[in-house]
Amino acid sequence: MIGAEANAIYRRRRRTNALMMGVSTAALGFGLFWLAWILAVLLYEGGAALGPTLFTKMTPPPGNDGGLGNAIFGSVMMAGAGTLIGTPVGILAGTYLAEYGRRGWLAPATRFINDVLLSAPSIVIGLFVYSVYVARVKHFSGWAGAFALAIIVVPVVVRTTDDMLKLVPNSLREAAAALGAPTWKVVTMVCYRAASAGIVTGVLLAIARVAGETAPLLFTALNNQFWSADMNRPMANLPVVIFQFAMSPYEDWHRLAWGGAALITLLVLGINIAARSLFARK
Amino acid sequence: MATVMHAVADKAPQPQPASKLSVRNLNFYYGSFHALKRVSLEIPEKQVTAFIGPSGCGKSTLLRTFNRMFELYPEQRAEGEVMMGGENILASKRDVSLIRANIGMVFQKPTPFPMSIYDNIAFGVRLFEDLPRARMDERVEWALTKAALWKEVKDKLNQSGHSLSGGQQQRLCIARGIAVKPEVLLLDEPCSALDPISTAKVEELIAELKSDYTVVIVTHNMQQAARVSDHTAYMYLGELIEFGDTSQIFMKPAKQQTEDYITGRFG
Amino acid sequence: MSAVLDNRGLAIAEAPAVDVGNSSRPPMLRNNALMDAVFRNVTRFFAFLVFSLLAAILVSLVIGSAPSLHKFGFGFLFNDNWDPVQEDFGALVPIFGTLVTSGIALAIAIPVSFGIALFLTELSPVWLRRPLGTAIEMLAAIPSIIYGMWGLFVFAPIFQQYVQPLAARTLGNVPGLKVLFSGPPMGIGMLSAGIILAVMVIPFITAVMRDVFELVPPMLKESAYGLGSTTWEVVWRVVLPFTKVGVIGGIMLGLGRALGETMAVTFVIGNAHQLSASLFMPGNSIASALANEFTEAVGDLYTSSLIELGLILFLITTIVLALSKMLLLQLAKQEGETT
Repeated sequence: MIGAEANAIYRRRRRTNALMMGVSTAALGFGLFWLAWILAVLLYEGGAALGPTLFTKMTPPPGNDGGLGNAIFGSVMMAGAGTLIGTPVGILAGTYLAEYGRRGWLAPATRFINDVLLSAPSIVIGLFVYSVYVARVKHFSGWAGAFALAIIVVPVVVRTTDDMLKLVPNSLREAAAALGAPTWKVVTMVCYRAASAGIVTGVLLAIARVAGETAPLLFTALNNQFWSADMNRPMANLPVVIFQFAMSPYEDWHRLAWGGAALITLLVLGINIAARSLFARK
Repeated sequence: MATVMHAVADKAPQPQPASKLSVRNLNFYYGSFHALKRVSLEIPEKQVTAFIGPSGCGKSTLLRTFNRMFELYPEQRAEGEVMMGGENILASKRDVSLIRANIGMVFQKPTPFPMSIYDNIAFGVRLFEDLPRARMDERVEWALTKAALWKEVKDKLNQSGHSLSGGQQQRLCIARGIAVKPEVLLLDEPCSALDPISTAKVEELIAELKSDYTVVIVTHNMQQAARVSDHTAYMYLGELIEFGDTSQIFMKPAKQQTEDYITGRFG
Repeated sequence: MSAVLDNRGLAIAEAPAVDVGNSSRPPMLRNNALMDAVFRNVTRFFAFLVFSLLAAILVSLVIGSAPSLHKFGFGFLFNDNWDPVQEDFGALVPIFGTLVTSGIALAIAIPVSFGIALFLTELSPVWLRRPLGTAIEMLAAIPSIIYGMWGLFVFAPIFQQYVQPLAARTLGNVPGLKVLFSGPPMGIGMLSAGIILAVMVIPFITAVMRDVFELVPPMLKESAYGLGSTTWEVVWRVVLPFTKVGVIGGIMLGLGRALGETMAVTFVIGNAHQLSASLFMPGNSIASALANEFTEAVGDLYTSSLIELGLILFLITTIVLALSKMLLLQLAKQEGETT
């Protein structure tokens, strides 16, 4: 029975719905607004500093012209070393979780702890590496920084390897086993191939993550004003240099900091988008 | 019922051939669930045996005990005997991969490996034999020819297995299983994901394969069982209800239960 | 095995079953058994390594903070002093700053994330879902230091000039809230840090909410729609109650992330060891204190006090993240039971 009162309720409900849908759209706009603002600022402020000299010149003392060459190099070295160390550890651990994790306690427990580590504060990772390594050898070094970054890479790679291997249908494993293949061949020759795109994506995302990490490098690699390829001594790196330059009162240091920030963001977003479209295509 | 009768009408009852596989008192458990109950039957050599029955009756479970596929899953276990060549497959001390190489399996959904067609066929062979390139080429061609696929793929052996149609992929899997020269071929509902034309091609293939291999096929399609098999086992709720010549099962089933299923009174 | 071999050179099944042990197996098979064992154990070893990492971090932090634990005991948590000269350290100010900034972040991020998740699951045309979802996830990809720089150089001045005076004039006049918005507008401070943290945390909460919203069986929603419910009513009365465990798990994930954020907070929180009721005032968080002071800390007690701060942060975030994970696992199990 639709009476006048029912109409009023109906209208109120429709208004509430329209209001909430509007609020939801506004929330989306809110999120996108910040993204657009940050990206615009980076392009504007950092765009001017982006140029070949950024790569070729070294970090200068205040008041001088320069670039970020040693910092970029150091970051590449440490991120590279960290990825090289962390990726095999992550892939092998992830393989155990996905392929042998059906029985026993180790796999579910490791999965749980891995997810906690994934979101753990990276500054604590820096403290950890400081305590077990830097404090003992009594000096900061590129290796310590690489080690800290490796610890950040591992949970990312474990998670994606585990997820991607679990997506490989069991029928594929059974088909290989039915031909007489032992477990290790089933995993390495069939499962890894089937999951390769996803695992590579995971490694790329891990690289993107460590490219921008500052906190773990603060007390491990520290920083270095000059060009140095010695991983056993403090190593210049982009994030810590940006931190130092940005917090300083010097204009030309600020300019370089923006350049570095724009560079990192371009790299990180580029890897993320490339990784996602690589996986989507597969 | 009439179509089934038509399919078996011209199959004369055959003299009882030698047994390739002997199942004796087989019990199977998924955890605490008793899935196969004291199953015993003889699978004749170089003939096609079909397992039929409603969903959940245990026909796939039974098939998968023959190559110990269930061992991949810790909650599953089998008790009893599956004899082949005088030894109990289930309790054999031999490496299970040897047993599996001797018993090929094709699954419900086509499962081409993520590699080229050539490598798909060569995969199983490479596990046990170290063939020079020329002989491997021969083996690949032989397997694909036997599976009635060679003409269709001989110019694209390097393409991915996924580039084939569903029916072709399934024949690829059959070729892959044959390439290692097993004695027994297990087919677990091989046509259920295929269109009727591909199904017909696979059924033709099965008729040819039995001259060289003992074939066991699980199917939920009774007409298919009537078309391709020489012997049929009817299962229900984990028990073997009746086993005999296909013509006898479909025209004159000994048990009422079998007749009820065949005539479609349930299932 | 008796020598009955086929063309493969392998014993065929017809050979009598004599147990002759490993020596008669072809070399390839002996290798397989060994390789299987090696592979299994190597992967197991690395899984165990990951498993023990958490405990290793905990233990090393405890050892590192031993001098400070010994000297200050539990009082450390309630001491609002931080005096390197007198060597009197207390965690109250950093803990307070950490909790307040994270609280502000959640207060903003939860409704916004909910709105975005609602949009992406119910309102958005299907072809827009992926690009929009990716765009929001880019917020998570931007490194913390970028947020920090932008926050300090771009956000803070605008905040100081326009937003803070506005907030003080409007919200500051609401009875009881005045104290929250008192003090000179500086652009930096707890509120600024909280807002920037909110933006950083939104993509994480949104992602979890989206995932759990999509777990709702379509038939459940269709039953509600079929009765004439509006979209909002379906979401509020069917989707949310069904997924509430997962939603809380997602919120806790956001909290865990916010608590540990370092660089963004360090740039804009002001780094002042003071306790204040006003959100406009600068303060300190555990992470920002560590970032600023650790490399210059002199003396065992100073260093170990800082490490103790790290220990406290690690404990809090581990507990929050573990809770989040348990809630999400529970939702997954509940999902498994309903399907």
